[in-house]
Amino acid sequence: MAYFLQQMINGLTVGSMFGLIAIGYTMVYGIIGMVNFAHGDIFMVGGFIAIIAFMVLGLLGITWVPLALLCILILGMAFTALHGWVVERVAYRPLRGSNRLAPLISAIGMSIFLQNYVQLLQGARNKALPPIISGGIEVMDMGGFAVKLGYMQIVIVGLTIVLMIGFTLLISRTSLGRQQRACEQDMKMAWLLGVDVDRTIALTFVMGAGLAAVAGLVWLMYYGVIDFFVGYLAGIKAFTAAVLGGIGSLPGAMLGGILIGLIDTLWAGYFSNEYHDVATFAVLVLVLIFRPTGLLGKPEIEKV
Amino acid sequence: MTATAMTTTAMNAAAALPLLQVDHLSMRFGGLVAVDDVSFTAMDRQITGIIGPNGAGKTTVFNCLTGFYKPTVGRLALSHSDGREFLLERMDGFRITQHAHVARTFQNIRLFPRMSVLENLIVAQHNKLMRASGYSVFGILGLGVYRRAEQAAVERARYWLGRVGLTDRANDEAGNLPYGAQRRLEIARAMCTEPVLLCLDEPAAGLNARESEELNELLKFIRDEHKIGVLLIEHDMSVVMRISDHIVVLDYGRKIADGNPEKIRNDPTVIRAYLGEEEDETLPPEVARDLGVRG
Amino acid sequence: MAEATVNTSAAPAAATGARAHEPSFVYLVKDALATGAIALALAFPLVGFRTVDRGSTTIIETRFGQMFLGVAVIALGRFAFSLIDAGYARAILAGSGVLSVAWLLLVAVDPGGAAIFPLGWMSWMLVVSVALRAAYVSWGDRSEARGDAVSPGDRVAATVQRLAVFFGPVLLLFAIAMPLLPMADQRWVDLGILVLTYVMLGWGLNVVVGLAGLLDLGYVAFYAVGAYSYAIIAKTFGLNFWEALPMAGGLAAMFGVLLGFPVLRLRGDYLAIVTLGFGEIVRVVLLNWNELSNGPKGIGEIPRPSFFGMPFTPAPPQGVTSFHQWFSAHLWEIGFSPIQRAVYLYYIILLLALLTNIFTLRIRKLPIGRAWEALREDEIACRALGINPTNTKLTAFAIGAMFGGFAGSFFATRQGFISPESFNFIESAIILAIVVLGGMGSQIGVVIASIVLIGGPEWFRDLESYRMLAFGGLMVLIMIWRPQGLLAFREPTILLKPKAGPP
Repeated sequence: MAYFLQQMINGLTVGSMFGLIAIGYTMVYGIIGMVNFAHGDIFMVGGFIAIIAFMVLGLLGITWVPLALLCILILGMAFTALHGWVVERVAYRPLRGSNRLAPLISAIGMSIFLQNYVQLLQGARNKALPPIISGGIEVMDMGGFAVKLGYMQIVIVGLTIVLMIGFTLLISRTSLGRQQRACEQDMKMAWLLGVDVDRTIALTFVMGAGLAAVAGLVWLMYYGVIDFFVGYLAGIKAFTAAVLGGIGSLPGAMLGGILIGLIDTLWAGYFSNEYHDVATFAVLVLVLIFRPTGLLGKPEIEKV
Repeated sequence: MTATAMTTTAMNAAAALPLLQVDHLSMRFGGLVAVDDVSFTAMDRQITGIIGPNGAGKTTVFNCLTGFYKPTVGRLALSHSDGREFLLERMDGFRITQHAHVARTFQNIRLFPRMSVLENLIVAQHNKLMRASGYSVFGILGLGVYRRAEQAAVERARYWLGRVGLTDRANDEAGNLPYGAQRRLEIARAMCTEPVLLCLDEPAAGLNARESEELNELLKFIRDEHKIGVLLIEHDMSVVMRISDHIVVLDYGRKIADGNPEKIRNDPTVIRAYLGEEEDETLPPEVARDLGVRG
Repeated sequence: MAEATVNTSAAPAAATGARAHEPSFVYLVKDALATGAIALALAFPLVGFRTVDRGSTTIIETRFGQMFLGVAVIALGRFAFSLIDAGYARAILAGSGVLSVAWLLLVAVDPGGAAIFPLGWMSWMLVVSVALRAAYVSWGDRSEARGDAVSPGDRVAATVQRLAVFFGPVLLLFAIAMPLLPMADQRWVDLGILVLTYVMLGWGLNVVVGLAGLLDLGYVAFYAVGAYSYAIIAKTFGLNFWEALPMAGGLAAMFGVLLGFPVLRLRGDYLAIVTLGFGEIVRVVLLNWNELSNGPKGIGEIPRPSFFGMPFTPAPPQGVTSFHQWFSAHLWEIGFSPIQRAVYLYYIILLLALLTNIFTLRIRKLPIGRAWEALREDEIACRALGINPTNTKLTAFAIGAMFGGFAGSFFATRQGFISPESFNFIESAIILAIVVLGGMGSQIGVVIASIVLIGGPEWFRDLESYRMLAFGGLMVLIMIWRPQGLLAFREPTILLKPKAGPP
């Protein structure tokens, strides 16, 4: 029981990160109907920017943790969002309206490019960061097994909740969110009604990349290492989360992320550590077979 | 003109058997009722027009018929002349064409733009050729069985190319054809599947007067020479009124009238649906002419 | 799905088509500066700083000099591109052409001299691409002035395709004769085998991506299935290469069906991500399923191919004739040399690749091949014509997988040792790059791309580390420039011949 509880806590933490990445997939899919394969690598870029920012701040002598974290959060989101914006501008915007294969190939090309770009610039080896926030609370002790809730885990889940609330408000209350939803429903009509479609799509990428940057930051702090290839598997898992929750649905992405985090962790905890990636993949295939619309997704009506 | 049309109708009516029977068809998307309890019958060797204002549910009826949507409620029975009957609402989209032999065209033309005109027509004969090629085994081996079948397919294509006047463009990319030619090619492609029921979704949209006239002739030819049923969605009243043997009028998803062109032309419900509550005097002259309303 | 038919974007500099009318010089400078500013912001964290491992700790270094140089190069590049679009294509062509040739000469004279150019090969590639773009635009202007309807890109593709009719057989003859040429040493033959393996993989994937328009991002998984199937079948049942090959191909095809069946009913994007995941899953399973695959240690001592039962060994066991003994007895005297096996392997892969090619060329003219292309063009129209989309796509996917499996078997027998590390995502990416850069659907394009992308880096080791970066970048550029594929030029599969006699 205690072991289970511990796994649940860990799963929830990991799931929050997947959820943050999944939002980027789901929003882009919702608005332009493509899988942004480079999104996992944007997350990786976010992680690298975070580790560099940590070290630069360290050199500058800003070591008070809350201040440093805030700076890194803002810097990381800004620089990563810029990467997201440029990727959209360079690799996807010119392809709007071309055949359906072209944006996918462009996206995978961008993904390969980003991986190798970071590998060339920062080296192929793992980058390690000493733990910033350590320690935790002992929630309970059951039969000699202590269930621990790390401060880091509290920060991650708390940060995710705050971001999700802010983000939901952004989408539901602001005019930007309204335009975004309008484009999602009918891009042509939104355009005719004076919505700047290009700007809206660009901002969707920027928002997705911003959340991925946060995921990259907390990933780095939670695991303590990052490498140029980390976006590949994390990207696939986050996409699985988006599909599981129902692609196009924001609460779905978060829910899917948490479920995938739990499945991943529980599988590793109870069955075999080697095959937990396989478990996620099996979930993806099963969802696609039995419920392609996911848990919270709306069925797609084919326009003939 | 009207007299000849009437005789053909009368003649066909004598020989006509019910081809497609639509009973209580309803289609809902979430809360929206796109088609609401529509029933009608389309006769073999007749052109049945489906008309109605925008959003009346015409294309949805087509999509149900050709398996792109599964109807919420309703029975769509297609009877072949050999007595076989197909319940279209239970079949997958591609099987409806493959087995029940219903072919369709699309409101926004859907050709294979980077394939040649001839290839478009050959692809339409896919199932027949697949069998002839022994599901590709004979074809890979280059056996004569397949070569003869392909030759026959080319001849059928040649026939329809001649019919729609595209023989000269046979080897060009379909995407490079002018708009009117693309519409004709789509009809030829549908005919290459050897249908018993041809469903045309606004075939006259975007055509000029001359092309529209040619289209009328083509459709009458298909009805009279190939002896199949044609289901026609059309906005252009001059086309519908002149060539339809039977007309079904939809409005807000419901059927509001059903009958021969003469009857529809004078039906007050239809006039109201199209023109609102006002009387004839306020009709713009070209609408009045198209509807054939006499002042 | 949001139907992405609205093209509201302002024409980007890279897009072909209408060019702006004489934008002011000041505007272009501002535009280049803005691009530079964005590049600076992008480069600042990742280029400006570098994490360096020092023992167990990581420290950080700056390299602002390189960063500013890189940004300057990008701003200049943007400026050059705008000038090309503004109508100075010829001048830019002359300038960048001279610069890129001068560069090459410099490197030829003194390999160290390249250092005077900032950022080495990167900026050279930019200069070359500026030159190419300028050449393309000035050519386009000329043909526009002549009133040609065909775009220069189409014309290049058509020319290559026409040349291929002559060039293909020459290339084939060269491929057949190559191992017998005097300069063919072990290195040449090995390189030939490597290139041909990728040609075969490219042709196999071309069926899936080029013809059927399905994006398979985990092609290496089928390559792995083929390799491991061959290794296990051959070792367990003692079958020789030709007996085990069909089984390995069949198993790979079966995996293709199992994976494709649930996913191919859905939109194409799902297939892409599922294959992406599958590539990794196969690797993970091979790494961990020790009983089957011997885990990370891999499988060794895989039976090497024999020539009609005659092994390529210097001293065969009692009662077995080895190839060189047989050859000496019946034709002329040769001693044992390891190159004999390499040459034999070379001909095996040449044969397999040619079979793939002939199969593809033939199937393209069959109903199934036409249906693949029709599905790529418009799936909804296909359904309205009675074509079963799932089964049709499934055949393409399975056939592609089968060829991948054949290539994998060959890989296993050639290496004699396989481990999961040979089958990672980079392999999938390389094969996809060959197909995309070679021009999807173009068979000769795959050959050219394999020679350039696989053979090239073998000769220019300098470029090795930039290889994948360039592949990724080029995939994006080609999609923007010619989404149908660089050398895509489609010949109709059947022509309507005028009927003999009056109609």
